[in-house]
Amino acid sequence: MDNIAGRKSGLSWAVNLSVVLLVALWLFPTVGLLVSSFRTADQISASGWWKALFPAEQVVQLRTGGAEVAIQEGTLWVVEGNLLEDSEEGPTPGTEITRFGVSSKAVDAFAVGETASFTKDTKTFTMDAAGNYRFTSTKELKKRGQRVFVTATLPPDFTLANYDQVLISGNSNDSMTKAFLNTLTVTIPATIIPIVIAAFAAYALAWMEFPGRALLIAAIVGLLVVPLQLALIPLLKLHLNVGIGKGYLGVWLAHTAFGLPLAIYLLRNYMSGLPRDIIENAKVDGATDFQIFTKIILPLSFPALASFAIFQFLWTWNDLLVAKVFLIDSTGNTTVMTNQIVELLGTRGGNWEILATAAFVSISVPLLVFFAMQRYLVRGLLAGSVK
Amino acid sequence: MSPALLGLVTIVIGVGGCLGYFYFSNLFLDKVLFPASGPNAGRNINRANMIRPWLFLAPAILALGLYLGYPVFETLRLSLTDRTQDGAFVGFANYQQMFAEPKFWEAMRNNMLWLIVVPAASTAFGLLAAQLTDRIKWGAFAKSLIFMPMAISFVGASVIFKLVYDARPAGNEQIGILNAVWMQFDGGFGSLLFLKMLPVVILAVFAALVAYIGWLLLRPIVTGSDNILVKALRAISGLISLWIAVVALRNILDVIGMDFPYGQPQSWLTMPFYNNFFLMVVLIWIQTGFAMVILSAALRGIPEETVEAAIVDGANPFQIFFKIKVPQIMPTIVVVWTTITLVVLKVFDIVFAMTNGQWETQVLANYMYDKLFRANDWGVGSASAIIIMLLVSPILIWNVVQARKEMR
Repeated sequence: MDNIAGRKSGLSWAVNLSVVLLVALWLFPTVGLLVSSFRTADQISASGWWKALFPAEQVVQLRTGGAEVAIQEGTLWVVEGNLLEDSEEGPTPGTEITRFGVSSKAVDAFAVGETASFTKDTKTFTMDAAGNYRFTSTKELKKRGQRVFVTATLPPDFTLANYDQVLISGNSNDSMTKAFLNTLTVTIPATIIPIVIAAFAAYALAWMEFPGRALLIAAIVGLLVVPLQLALIPLLKLHLNVGIGKGYLGVWLAHTAFGLPLAIYLLRNYMSGLPRDIIENAKVDGATDFQIFTKIILPLSFPALASFAIFQFLWTWNDLLVAKVFLIDSTGNTTVMTNQIVELLGTRGGNWEILATAAFVSISVPLLVFFAMQRYLVRGLLAGSVK
Repeated sequence: MSPALLGLVTIVIGVGGCLGYFYFSNLFLDKVLFPASGPNAGRNINRANMIRPWLFLAPAILALGLYLGYPVFETLRLSLTDRTQDGAFVGFANYQQMFAEPKFWEAMRNNMLWLIVVPAASTAFGLLAAQLTDRIKWGAFAKSLIFMPMAISFVGASVIFKLVYDARPAGNEQIGILNAVWMQFDGGFGSLLFLKMLPVVILAVFAALVAYIGWLLLRPIVTGSDNILVKALRAISGLISLWIAVVALRNILDVIGMDFPYGQPQSWLTMPFYNNFFLMVVLIWIQTGFAMVILSAALRGIPEETVEAAIVDGANPFQIFFKIKVPQIMPTIVVVWTTITLVVLKVFDIVFAMTNGQWETQVLANYMYDKLFRANDWGVGSASAIIIMLLVSPILIWNVVQARKEMR
């Protein structure tokens, strides 16, 4: 906007650079979690995730063939082959090997082409950069082959194993599947029901004349900021007294009520901005309030409804406190994802592969919703902040 | 019944029930109670129209009253009773007990720190991001990336930042980015530049900025013609600003004199006092997007003539920003600030998931949760909830006053 007067700002490159830096800074932590969720536990503890994105020099343990492929040449038993082609794991054939070792104490003792003598010089081992090796021994070989450590520059290596463990095959304590379904069960009714209730109330507050309307609107603006911490004890007591106890019904009711002030506020603001003519024309044509509401106001209010739906969805999906107080009982059968992650932080605090994957499973759905419906979210934010 | 099925049934019953209620109560009103026909048709229509708003509002009022209105008073009552004595009235005993606990004052101190740092930093970063992204081609894309953390739960963000703050023993490869960066510093010239000079410059600029704001706030007390209340508010906030500036200046000396433990991996979350700031970073990271979106819309709403006039008068970009744009979007800045303040007052998940209030990071909301569900002390728990309510209430009153002003 500073360029309006026809002057090109000389700071343009500086601005671009600062934005790049800012975006990188903001994106970096999330990317770290995402990358970590695709790495094995060993990889995560061996190097920082930022190194996983580039080819890196790594040491891999491989094995030569054993007794069944050994050939006797005079007094020697000899095994020949290709380390990379013979093993299913490890680097793909064609990877260039730079160094090797035969003991875990000196994994890169020899350059390729050199010959290693070991076990009191009864065994020798040599290999070339492509992995072709020759292993000799003066004694008969054991069934398993010789352990060899090779150093090679490997391309980035990612795995889906963590997701498999967290979502499908893992033990039930770490499993996110149940928590995922529970979260959905909490979220969907807790998003839809307040919309219905709030839409009618907002219509009444926007387009109907009655005494006390201004007072009610003021009360709703006030309730917008009442901390829900205040509601925890009285409502838990109430739920326990009337027999709802801890469970889905309680958490649905709580989320519905806690979402209502914002819903009514957003929808009322939006509805009162709709053109008066439409509504008055409909009245003149003999439409009842109910018809006006369902046939005219609701379809026109779609953007506001969508805004609130996203808010409420994000809020209920990401919530921990309300679920902990009103839903999760001692059996833990109704745990939600946020709570599951907090428990994992306690029990599997060092297992970053599990934690990162679990966390990413839980934030992936809100992120999808966010990127798909960002427009409505922004619109809702702009309308929702009390001016 | 499986929970998913139960959820489906609830949606149908809940939504169907709501719609049914609205439809049939409306029908009942129009056809049975006050039919718009017969001798009293005109009067009946008027009567029906008087009742209808309340039909539409009833479920909402019921839910709000029961779930938000009633608890405020019930919590107040509970905070004056003792559960172990069968809910006997004990006056302010719970408050006295709470005020005697060091953990409570720790929570208060930390909350005050959060209240100053998080809204200020989020708003500042948000303003910066809004101003910068408005001027480049790929600004919309950059905005959506900075805005993205808004969608991430506090718990998810806590895991993300636990990875950032992770510490391994010295000699091992560091997998937390912060420690990996920290281990690069060895006390040489780079360390001097980034750990001594850069913080000193940042602190000095910050102190100068805050002092300038304080000066702007204080100056009109003598010259201006505001009423006494505004003058008092100006005096208080101006003096707070000056005090913050002095604290910042004192910290410059600390930074210069500090010996950093180079080469030692730091466990950032267990460092008393400073760990609070590492927790705040999480919330700042989340809230900056919010501030940016709102402020960006406000910046675009500034009339172009004002900026053009300033350019014609020879103002440089910084003058345009601080003297033309910022004053015009001041109301929006206040809105953003108060909204983030509300979030901060209720912050629970981040502290709960990352440190659970250990190592002197307690905050009020987590303190309350501790009292309620670990110590089972509903009296003190309610008392701390009331404290949170008291801290929120100035904003509540301000919002209500503003809303009423707008409606007139």
